[in-house]
Amino acid sequence: MLEIKDLICGYDSKFLLQDINFKIEAGELVGIIGPNGSGKTTLLRAIRRVLKPKKGTILFEGKNIWQMGYKELAKRIAVVPQGVTAVAGMSVEEFVLLGRIPHFERCQFLETKKDLEIAKKGMILTDTIKFKDQLMQELSGGERQLVVIARALTQEPRLLLLDEPTSHLDITHQVGILDLIRRLNKELGLTVLMVLHDLNLASEYCQRLVLINKGRIYKIGTPEEILYYQIIEEIYKTVVVVEKNPISSKPYILVVSEEERRRY
Amino acid sequence: MRKKITRWMLWILVLCSLLLGVVLFSLCIGSVSISLERILGVIFEGKGTMEYSILFDIRAPRIILGFAVGGALSLAGVILQGMFRNPLVEPYTLGISGGAALGVCLNIILRFNHTLGIFSLPLFGFLGAILVIILVYSLSIRKGILKIQGLLLTGVMISFIASSLIMLIMAVSHTEDLHGIVFWIMGSLEEPNWFLIKLVVSVSILGLIISYLFCLSLNAFSLGEEEALHLGINIEKTKRLLFILASLLTGCSVAVAGIIGFVGLVVPHFVRMFVGGDHRILLISSFISGATFLILCDTLARIIISPLELPVGVITGILGGTLFVYALGKKQVVVLLGER
Repeated sequence: MLEIKDLICGYDSKFLLQDINFKIEAGELVGIIGPNGSGKTTLLRAIRRVLKPKKGTILFEGKNIWQMGYKELAKRIAVVPQGVTAVAGMSVEEFVLLGRIPHFERCQFLETKKDLEIAKKGMILTDTIKFKDQLMQELSGGERQLVVIARALTQEPRLLLLDEPTSHLDITHQVGILDLIRRLNKELGLTVLMVLHDLNLASEYCQRLVLINKGRIYKIGTPEEILYYQIIEEIYKTVVVVEKNPISSKPYILVVSEEERRRY
Repeated sequence: MRKKITRWMLWILVLCSLLLGVVLFSLCIGSVSISLERILGVIFEGKGTMEYSILFDIRAPRIILGFAVGGALSLAGVILQGMFRNPLVEPYTLGISGGAALGVCLNIILRFNHTLGIFSLPLFGFLGAILVIILVYSLSIRKGILKIQGLLLTGVMISFIASSLIMLIMAVSHTEDLHGIVFWIMGSLEEPNWFLIKLVVSVSILGLIISYLFCLSLNAFSLGEEEALHLGINIEKTKRLLFILASLLTGCSVAVAGIIGFVGLVVPHFVRMFVGGDHRILLISSFISGATFLILCDTLARIIISPLELPVGVITGILGGTLFVYALGKKQVVVLLGER
């Protein structure tokens, strides 16, 4: 579905991402992990054609994304950005309906019945239909994130990109949102690529992980292959212990504080 | 959805009736008051009467120009505030009025108006505005990307430079020139030339139609540039076209009517409080409200110290500002853009 070849990309003269090569098949749920400043968000921005690559190509379903139309791409790839924009005075339903913009015909100004139904479906899937008439600024961070996901679904994308969908949320909402993403992935066959900070959540929910360090891909593989204590300690420069989650038997990372390290 | 459309239609109906009311009020009232019933009679009697010429040679042109300029300035305000996601931006922030005023000042002190005739003032005003637009635009473009924040800062700086140059010109000019400059800068809807009035009307109506092609893009822009891109908007093209559109609307208005402040800042805010932030309704209702507001202000400017006249900018500032502050106090939930 998505193929990135020899990508070099970055801001102005400083090149952040180098030699990025990887592929995502349709129906996968892939996580991007890596330390702060390693280029995770930059990679997402390159895939969504916000940043122009210096070299290399990004193919979506075999087509170079830079040769696709603006709307064409927006109908296929939806983004849930980091830090949700709250527009004062906009109701949840209006916000979700913005996701229909790429599907509007030329000179079409009003939503059709179909648009409204698709938006409703998106709100039902994310369980936000109950907030329908509330204003965006009245929602909590977790609720807002769900609404943004509903808007992304309303675009009817084939690939969903998420940039740290769980940051600043409590565990109820973290788990709620990731459960939802996995359900969308399983039930609707939506391909998902998301940046995650929390290694344990990444381990628990992603089929494959892309570990990025200093602008290069360090390793790609299943959580078991990536979340290995030597790799984590080398890249994050932190002493960790990797255990197995007794229920899901996925790797689980425990940090060790300075005090404890000294005692050893 | 049907509910929303009904609500929008109701707003348009209300605003149109307000506009009609203000137009009739403005036709009737003045140093010679003509009653409503009399207006129909005057129209039937046809040309020749004094009342006819008061109505159609003095009051109607002002009303029509007020409609066009008020509409154009409010529309430019909505477009710019939506595009910049900044509630303090108005058509004059970008230095367009400064450029136009500078053009007019140069025209007056160089005495071009004696040689070039009646069109020279608006022409120079427009040229000044266009020059500033090109300058601001080319200074804010980097690697093919129009930097929105840069646009704003450059515009504000150019405004300052222009106003300093105007002060310089005023300091060294003769008394009679000074009078002309001050008169022009204060702004007025008195325009004897029908051609110019028709021109401004066509530009503002055309602007309204073109802006509608971008109403959904403006809605997407309210989430930020990158988000608009995610929603499939060609943001660079849209930004450029909207900037040029807003600039032309402002440039034409300023060139003909002078600097009438506050309309482009207050009206969009006010309208947004009532009809909401959706540009599909915001564009048209701001246009109508701006037209109504300016015609009302101009009428008040004519009658308050009749037979003398106040500069219309004084009324727009005082009335607009007071109303706005009052509304802010009343309505705790301020519907502003750009809160992130």
